[in-house]
Amino acid sequence: MRRRSPDFWSGLALAALGGYIVIQARGWDYLTEDGPGPGFFPLWYGLGILACSAFLVFFGKDSPSDWRGAGRALATWAALAVSVAVLKWVGFALSFAALTFFIVAVMYRRPPVVAALVALGVVAGFYAVFPLALGVALP
Amino acid sequence: MDIAAGLIQGFAVALQPANLLWCFVGVLLGTVVGIMPGLGPPATIAMLLPLTALMNPAGAMIMLAGIYYGAKYGGSTTSILLNVPGESASVVTCLDGYAMARKGRAGAALGIAAIASFIAGTVGVLGLMLVAPPLARFALAFSAPEYFALMAFGLSMVVLLAGRSMAKALLATLVGLWIAGIGTDLFTSTSRFTFGRMELLSGIDFVVVAIGIFAIGEVLANMEAREEPQVLPVPKGLRNLLPTMQDLRDCRFAFAQGSVIGFLVGVLPGAGSTIASFISYGVEKAFSRRREEFGTGVIEGVAAPEGANNSETGGALVPLLTLGIPGSGTTAILLAALVLWGFKPGPLFIAENPNLFWGLVASMYIGNVMLLVLNLPLVPVFAQVLRTPVYVLYPLILGVSIVGIYGASGSLFDLMLLAAFGLLGYLMRKLDYPSAPLILGLVLGGAMERALRQSLMMSEGSLSILVSRPISAVMLSFAVVILLIPLFSRFNSWRLRALEQKDS
Repeated sequence: MRRRSPDFWSGLALAALGGYIVIQARGWDYLTEDGPGPGFFPLWYGLGILACSAFLVFFGKDSPSDWRGAGRALATWAALAVSVAVLKWVGFALSFAALTFFIVAVMYRRPPVVAALVALGVVAGFYAVFPLALGVALP
Repeated sequence: MDIAAGLIQGFAVALQPANLLWCFVGVLLGTVVGIMPGLGPPATIAMLLPLTALMNPAGAMIMLAGIYYGAKYGGSTTSILLNVPGESASVVTCLDGYAMARKGRAGAALGIAAIASFIAGTVGVLGLMLVAPPLARFALAFSAPEYFALMAFGLSMVVLLAGRSMAKALLATLVGLWIAGIGTDLFTSTSRFTFGRMELLSGIDFVVVAIGIFAIGEVLANMEAREEPQVLPVPKGLRNLLPTMQDLRDCRFAFAQGSVIGFLVGVLPGAGSTIASFISYGVEKAFSRRREEFGTGVIEGVAAPEGANNSETGGALVPLLTLGIPGSGTTAILLAALVLWGFKPGPLFIAENPNLFWGLVASMYIGNVMLLVLNLPLVPVFAQVLRTPVYVLYPLILGVSIVGIYGASGSLFDLMLLAAFGLLGYLMRKLDYPSAPLILGLVLGGAMERALRQSLMMSEGSLSILVSRPISAVMLSFAVVILLIPLFSRFNSWRLRALEQKDS
């Protein structure tokens, strides 16, 4: 049962991070003639991460988290990640309008016309406020 | 400079038309974000931070501080009308505030919340004005070992009070230190944890992490629910919003103790306004002649926590401005803002930047008056904000986050990092890892490493320098005791009870 708990898995992931930090830190000087080297501080917080994550792995609570609704959140995150990834090629207007359309139409199940109007309005608002009023460039 | 002269100088700065405007914009935005559940002051300040680079620092600081304390006024509106705290400091206001609204006394609850916030908020600023200058003079004696010990003490307090699991809070802090360490080591020019990416050589911008974790993470967490909560009606007309004379008499002790407790808790790193409001509510209940009625719609049950969470703001600015040590996620972002504009918060901050410090203090007096005016007669207008469809609000937050990051750095790589930290922020919420320690670790990480290495250079590598100097020895001892608290069951059960109340 413990092996399935979120504390166990998050502890394991953080232990991997701690291990990575310690291995990297050992490759840098710990002490130099001028004092502590670049490996000094990372080695200690890396060891701290290892110790705390080991505590979570072995003594973390067993109760599972409530993951209801996580699908909606992760789908929104995926849409955000895709819109950021394609920004370079399609520009802010198109990618952000698509993201807004997705949130309104798919996540909140509003009619496509409403979603399209919200997407258009939000993008137009951003162009009016940032490049026109504030002189801030959009991606 | 004495306090009276400083204050006169401060009002000269704060009353400049541009600064008055920024103060108004800040408290107005603060009220709006305080009202909106799911959009807190750290997320808002983080999102606006890149845009403030274009502003005069005094105006920008006045505006960001206005958002910080304005949100605390606004948070009570949502607690009272919706039984959902607009921000974490207003959790306890739900208990009696919503009960009053259900009994048809929403107006009196909203009115007393605004009055208590005004009185205690003003007392908090008075405390900041009186305590900060002498504390800064005292801190002039600090050197690298004292600073390291102070930061260790601050982080340990945050770890103690940030979440139910101290292991998780400690892990969040350590990960924050790690993120702060990414980039080029300033002492030796060694590149650390850069994964071979040129973009990481200069480190990860604090704003990317803060916006990702607070703003994007919050939006993702709020996206889980499809339903929108129902709002209770707000009585129209100022007369219906004013508490009676009897209400004001009942709240006299709440105003006074809320002001004092809020300020004192604010000065402590890590405790924050949520804890201040719970302590103040507990004290009010303990000394009340009708303590058994608390939770059923008692007006002092609204006044005490609302007062405390507003007075806490003044207290929280004391260690931030005089020692450069933030005590919460929001003050950490304010620290980053000051650094971004080229200031160095610490013992010399007030002496070197009297216009900024005293201008900020004076603007907080003015801002509290603006908030009282905004929150008494205009609360029915602000309540309409709660009717904004979330499917419009969330894309707006995502868009401002993207534009804010791109506007500051012009880097698409930073936008990728933003998405990654957004996911991290969401996962931290789901897995019950507190985010404030990570942000504090990130903000203090560079300074902490620098202070430790300078200390060891001073002592030629001997760690004894940290315990042979009295101030650093005392603070490090406190830090160690704090981190050992879970081993002492009696103290740990007190800590867990406090956190359970905070989460309930």
